[in-house]
Amino acid sequence: MSDSVAPLGTETFVGIAEIKPLGLQGLIAVRGDLQTQFLGDAIKQVMNIAIPGVRGVVFTGNDGVGWISPDELLLFCDHEKVAARVDELRELLGDRHTLVLTVSDERVIFSVSGVRSREVMAKLCPVDFSPTEFTSGMIRRTRMAQIAATIWLSKHDTFEIIVMRSVAQYAFDLLRVAASEGSEVDLW
Amino acid sequence: MNKRVLQFGRLLDQSRTVSFSFNGKKLVGHPGDTLASALLANDQHLVGRSFKYHRPRGIVAAGPEEPNALFGLNRGARFEPNQLGTTTELFEGLEACSQNHWPSLECDFGEVNSLLSRFLPAGFYYKTFIHPRAFWKHVYEPLIRRSAGLGRPPSEPDSDTYEYLYLFIDILVIGGGIAGLQAAKSAAQAGARVLVIEQSPHWGGRTVVDATTAADTIGDLSAEQYVNQILNELRNMPNVALRNRTMGAAVYDHGYVLAYERCTDHDPVAAGPRHRLWRIRAAQVICATGAIERPMTFAGNDIPGVMLASAVRDYLVNYAVMVGHHTVVMTNNDDAYVTAILLKKAGAASVRVLDTRAQHESDLKTATEALSIPVSHGRAIARVMGRKRVKSVKICDVSGTGGIIEEIPADIVAMSGGWSPTLHLWSHCGGKAEWDFRQAMLRPKADCPPVGADGRGFVRCAGAANGELDLQDCLNQATETGSRAASDIGLNVAEVEVPVAPRRSETAIQPVWQLPAHADHDLQAKSWIDFQNDVKVTDIQLAVREGFESVEHTKRYTTLGMATDQGKLSNINGLAVLSGSLNQSIDATGTTTFRPPYTPISMGAIAGEARANLFQPVRCTPMHQWHQDHGAVWEPVGQWRRPFTYQQKNESVDEAVVREIKNTRENLGLLDASTLGKLIVKGPDAARFLDMLYTNMMSSLPVGRCRYGLMCSENGFLMDDGVVVRLSEDSFLCHTTTGGADHVHRHMEEWLQTEWWDWQVYVANITEQYAQIGVVGPNARKVLQKLGGMTLAADELPFMAWQDGELGGFRARVYRISFSGELSYEIAVPAGQGLSLWSTLIEAGEEFGIMPYGTEALHVMRAEKGFIMIGDETDGTVTPQDLNLNWAISKKKKDYIGKRAQQRDYMVHADRWRLVGLESLDGSVLPEGAYMVEDGRNALGQENMIGRVTSTYYSPTLGKGIAMGLVRHGPDRMGDVLLVADLEGGHRKARIVNPIFYDREHTKQNV
Amino acid sequence: MLMLSCPYCGVMADETELMPGGEAHLRRHGPEASAEDFKSYLFDRKNPKGVHVERWVHSYGCGKWFHAVRCTRTLEVFGTYPAQTHRPPEEICQSVAQRYPDWQWRDDGEDCETNSDSSSEGET
Repeated sequence: MSDSVAPLGTETFVGIAEIKPLGLQGLIAVRGDLQTQFLGDAIKQVMNIAIPGVRGVVFTGNDGVGWISPDELLLFCDHEKVAARVDELRELLGDRHTLVLTVSDERVIFSVSGVRSREVMAKLCPVDFSPTEFTSGMIRRTRMAQIAATIWLSKHDTFEIIVMRSVAQYAFDLLRVAASEGSEVDLW
Repeated sequence: MNKRVLQFGRLLDQSRTVSFSFNGKKLVGHPGDTLASALLANDQHLVGRSFKYHRPRGIVAAGPEEPNALFGLNRGARFEPNQLGTTTELFEGLEACSQNHWPSLECDFGEVNSLLSRFLPAGFYYKTFIHPRAFWKHVYEPLIRRSAGLGRPPSEPDSDTYEYLYLFIDILVIGGGIAGLQAAKSAAQAGARVLVIEQSPHWGGRTVVDATTAADTIGDLSAEQYVNQILNELRNMPNVALRNRTMGAAVYDHGYVLAYERCTDHDPVAAGPRHRLWRIRAAQVICATGAIERPMTFAGNDIPGVMLASAVRDYLVNYAVMVGHHTVVMTNNDDAYVTAILLKKAGAASVRVLDTRAQHESDLKTATEALSIPVSHGRAIARVMGRKRVKSVKICDVSGTGGIIEEIPADIVAMSGGWSPTLHLWSHCGGKAEWDFRQAMLRPKADCPPVGADGRGFVRCAGAANGELDLQDCLNQATETGSRAASDIGLNVAEVEVPVAPRRSETAIQPVWQLPAHADHDLQAKSWIDFQNDVKVTDIQLAVREGFESVEHTKRYTTLGMATDQGKLSNINGLAVLSGSLNQSIDATGTTTFRPPYTPISMGAIAGEARANLFQPVRCTPMHQWHQDHGAVWEPVGQWRRPFTYQQKNESVDEAVVREIKNTRENLGLLDASTLGKLIVKGPDAARFLDMLYTNMMSSLPVGRCRYGLMCSENGFLMDDGVVVRLSEDSFLCHTTTGGADHVHRHMEEWLQTEWWDWQVYVANITEQYAQIGVVGPNARKVLQKLGGMTLAADELPFMAWQDGELGGFRARVYRISFSGELSYEIAVPAGQGLSLWSTLIEAGEEFGIMPYGTEALHVMRAEKGFIMIGDETDGTVTPQDLNLNWAISKKKKDYIGKRAQQRDYMVHADRWRLVGLESLDGSVLPEGAYMVEDGRNALGQENMIGRVTSTYYSPTLGKGIAMGLVRHGPDRMGDVLLVADLEGGHRKARIVNPIFYDREHTKQNV
Repeated sequence: MLMLSCPYCGVMADETELMPGGEAHLRRHGPEASAEDFKSYLFDRKNPKGVHVERWVHSYGCGKWFHAVRCTRTLEVFGTYPAQTHRPPEEICQSVAQRYPDWQWRDDGEDCETNSDSSSEGET
């Protein structure tokens, strides 16, 4: 069986923040009414995480569950565990009106870390990244320059960002420019 | 360097020097100088030529209101025209050149326009260049274009970088003068998140400059000490940020403010972006933008050496520059006396004050006379003498017609016509202004502010911007403004102590708009209102005589306030002259609209990071690098890049396309089809939903099979097409065109969310999860069977079927579909394995003659088969019926999106253009997009058009040109010969034929 | 540039995260419709200088369609609500009425959604 390859290598960039493509990650998109008991139970059973509230994201180890919309979740896990998790979820959900899809290959994750990571993000997204407003446990889909991005804090000074695979290079170049040497904002 | 006055120069470091050049001449200034102050220190008053008459012009102001001191700065990739000398900080090696003259600044042929000024009045262009009509294109327009515009555009790409910053803040204070700092303090003490921005590098604004005596204190501190104290307090508050060199450029709806930070203009060798455009969302905005002094209107007021009174003292106090030795102060208010006092204290040889007002008493006048400075009341300047520099001043009675009383030598005229609050930012988003008769100024009308999302005002003005010219009033009002803004966002406001400032006794300003009051036409014709655009009092009067009574019309007819300074100095004077000519009050005339930005901002800042490789996202498939390495000639398809063809050595692009087509038809071709949209549609109502979305029936599609479907918009026109795959009873995979994936996904979500929200369907766009590879040609099955795994026998996987399975070690889904008419499979694997599968196929296919092919070969092969292409045969006005696709339109379905529209009279009209094949009689390739014409002409005198070419190619398979087109009654005219208009104005002949040119029975794809 | 609150994900969204969708609460006319009704459905759109009920989609965010009631002259926003309803909610109509007492939801006599049936149409 062939293995998947991420679109970018392991090259990282260090400017006023460190920009790093994170390689292959396991991602599962789940559609379904998040209010229903059966969906919450299935997620709990497979991920051992309760469905978070609006725009919440919860991680335990490498496993995570993120709220995307009232009928959509994004599940995070190791890449090699995805197929089994998808099968298990589909099994548990049975004939209920839900949709479970592997989306690992269609998306790419970057990390932006360092004390100036908030500044780098604030150069690209129309989102309040001030420390009191954008906090751990939040996940936000928004616009990053000209592409869609999903953003959360994985550590207090590290953002993780998901973008579509086809624009991986654009996103990497974008983040590198935003983190370029001498571009400190000195705001937070 | 002989002009610096030792005890002044608060912004300068006089212990060090900075070298720069002006028009190639090496000059020296100090760190802290602006380009303007350094030029003045070198006695360079003449800095440019006016736009229309090319008159010599000097520096008038010391801030962003400057109309004349515009320069081309730097060179090469960093050259930039029209930069303001008054806001450009001097740096080592700065190169400046003056503009709008030939051959030189000192000697300009264009000045002949000035002698002809009697013949170049307002509206000259409109009147002169209109007849004869035929002259416009070849005579007038080139002439006007040559003389239009100030400065030259740069010739190289900008080598600097730029960026945005999105910021959300409670209270934004624009302006770091005393009022802004005071307002920020009271807002911050209530707990608000506050950002204070200041356009200049320095804090404190005018107050520090204007504090002339030891008695001018705030609390028990000097003005400078007070500014430093409040700055320290603000810097120590965690909820406050301060940014200098950051200008409030624009205020828009819902608290959206643009601020323009000049990060490295003052230090071009520093790393980092040159400019940063702050895109701020503020709950409340406080405009503490100060006020701008007005020039006075008298003959010769544009001669170099005539300056604003406040600028004269700015250059002295801030930059230690004595701009001249013999100064006449011309004023109608008390404030200009400060200039006289400071000049005298600095040792000016002579200072004389002319005051339009009658004899009066005020503190500043007393202080002036105490220094033995002569003050004349009821006097005005009749005319300033000199050409490139003020030589003398002729004085008259203010109320007369200009009879000369005396003439005195002078090298500087310091004029003050009063102060105008800087209302621009208040007004950008709809704040209204009213005329204050007492202070003769337009000030913000507090009860008509710009309104935010909650219907309440979100902008306030503080300090001089609100018309508070007295220091104590300013401090009181600014403090209260900060508190009110905090209170408006729901904060509890604490009592903030307001420091005490001494009050001066004052005599009110006398609004006079022309000196002398009854100046004759000759004087008026030399009295400038707009310095940069050369608008004089007589131009405005002429506009009124010619019927331009609205202020907006007058502005455009005379070009008043339309230059790069946007009338910062000329606006009020122009309004006043217009009102006078119309015999009405300024209030009744109203003002023109203030539009953003406050002063010009760089194109780079507007573009931000979106340039070069980041201009637009480029979408790449998993095999992108392979294509790149194998000669791909790229074609943009939406944001995707697809190989147009793979060019080999010693081969043209056309030859490459021909090779790819022949090889695919005869052997084996490989196509990267990953960009095709892939949408999963799942749920109990999925089949019913697709029956509504597609014109044909999808609910009857058996699991395991594929069906070509057409999708229309509600107005009946063909929108997208693609192969629909039934994955299971309740789930489908819908292929879309490359450009259509996002659009069709949105289309589906829109109908599901806003019309049929009770239907149980989920849609997901999984386009990028899969790499999809077309394996096409007579040897297609052989190469796949060589890989091993799925058997792919013709009866197991017939045409228009699909299977999941294993293929050469890949878990793959294989669709047997064809867009070329050949035996063809499309193989989907997870995107991360796409390159691996592609390489595997290239290797395995070698013995079968495998070659990749690009989009052009794809296009030609589909055209040979008469398959339509969205975007070629369709343009948003074409129905499936127009394309003879009735076989794909269900007659059984009661409804689908577009069905009702397709029954409209217009849509079923027999005269609609319909799809046919076309062949030129000589075998040549017809021109793309060409029209078919027939005898006669239409009402516009054009040839009667009866159709157009939609796709046209050279077919290597058939060895001749083939085309498709839409023709009126086309399918009923099979065999007819039509005239096709070509670009050269001639006609070619083409015959209407069956659009299926190749393998009409579709046998090749079905083996 | 507007900011609108997305009723699904709670984000106060910058306009650049959104896409506009024109007049809200149009009633679809299908194959049985008269020529006049269908023409009106396809082409006739309100474009008031004043209070407007319009569609938006949080395209860069949660992807959901919602409606906004907004004054096109002052850009005051009276509220946003999910798209799965045929009428603006009563409380939004009331807040419009406070500012514009003469304003009424549509001329064709359809009233604001009353509180009693507002709960029946939620997200599916």
